[in-house]
Amino acid sequence: MIEAKNLNLYYGSFQALKDISMKVPEKSVTALIGPSGCGKSTFLRTFNRMNDLIAGVKIEGDIIVDDMNIYAKGVDVDSLRKRIGMVFQKPNPFAKSIYENVAYGMRVNGVNDEKLIKQTVEESLKQAALWDEVKDNLKKSAYALSGGQQQRLCIARALAVEPTILLMDEPASALDPISTSKIEELIHELKKNYTILIVTHNMQQAARVSDHTAFFYMGSLIEFNETKTIFTNPENQQTQNYVTGRFG
Amino acid sequence: MTHFEEELKHLKQEVNIMFALVRTQIAKAKDALVRLDKDLAREIIQTEKRVNAQELNIDRDCENYFALYNPVAVDLRYLLAILKINNNLERTGDIAEGIAKFLIQTQQSFDQELLTSSQLLKMFDECVSMMYEIEDAFENEDTIKARSIFKQDEVLDRINLEANKNIEAYIRLHPDNIEQALYVLSTIRKLERVGDQAKNIAEEVIFYLEAKVLKHTKKV
Repeated sequence: MIEAKNLNLYYGSFQALKDISMKVPEKSVTALIGPSGCGKSTFLRTFNRMNDLIAGVKIEGDIIVDDMNIYAKGVDVDSLRKRIGMVFQKPNPFAKSIYENVAYGMRVNGVNDEKLIKQTVEESLKQAALWDEVKDNLKKSAYALSGGQQQRLCIARALAVEPTILLMDEPASALDPISTSKIEELIHELKKNYTILIVTHNMQQAARVSDHTAFFYMGSLIEFNETKTIFTNPENQQTQNYVTGRFG
Repeated sequence: MTHFEEELKHLKQEVNIMFALVRTQIAKAKDALVRLDKDLAREIIQTEKRVNAQELNIDRDCENYFALYNPVAVDLRYLLAILKINNNLERTGDIAEGIAKFLIQTQQSFDQELLTSSQLLKMFDECVSMMYEIEDAFENEDTIKARSIFKQDEVLDRINLEANKNIEAYIRLHPDNIEQALYVLSTIRKLERVGDQAKNIAEEVIFYLEAKVLKHTKKV
């Protein structure tokens, strides 16, 4: 279970998140939606402490991951990020071969067993639904892949270090419809083993891929509910106005 | 198979359950009438609750699929067709229940001569056969079979047209059994509507598979 408790986040004097409390269901997909600047990406980045890297950020409240407050003193952030993988809007493969991109996390973590690395690379590429397309070209540069393949490679790279949670920040917004569809199908498969949080501007995508949806507006969590409810009968008028395109 | 295709497959299974439920209701209505089996009639009334629940279940699934997947082209036609097929099946279930409710009030077994001369039992058999055929057409996406329903419906229409004359003749011979005769006439009217519902379902199957609207047109 991962959970935000009374979370407030400030960029200097600007409050970007206002008293957010939310329990994220395990092994399911939770979509974060809302207009630009609503705080959804900021909220996503609190789960792997990515906001720590931004100057002037102040965070109050708790983020609980596996019964541990990840903002407590003494938390090993590197170890935390091994458990919480992240996929970004634009595919960001390293200037290495396909194989080495996936192996990278393990090597950084000190794994030397080549047999284990090989096995994990194959498993991760299979989980990311990329293996069949690249198995004969593992030594090829990752840059030779299409945008959609690069994004699935980045997902494979995230999976290789065996996280339990995957954070996805608009993972398909830079991709064509066919690649987007493959990523969405992949997300649907991955939720069997991972807890996934996804930020998306595409409401149809949120509807298609997620089990639960959280609607953010001006830093506040307006409604968090089953996706079916959010898109058929939202409880809050602001949510209704947003999902029907009446504002935002 | 994509996630949405899996959902559509699941929906088809739910509609197949509805088909089977309703077809069985009509078949049981015939048995209950022939044997004046009031327990079976009560079972039909009880099962109607399940038919209604299944209608709501399918409606809710369709609503979710519209809202979550923004279906287009054949997927859109499929969901639109299922909404209507679901409604047609529920109404067919209502007809079976209507027949069953009357049977519970009936005291005397039906006169065999009346059942034969009115062609009521033939009509029941034709309805059940149509339900099988249209279920099969839907299951196997077979528009040729769906079109065969229009011909079968003509049999029901003909029996319905002859019903006044047949019932009138029976009443003249059996003036002491007018109530049963009128009930049989009313059941014939009901079964004629079962045929109409099956025909509507056939139109929806053709609409979703061929994108052709046959409603209010001469069937070819």
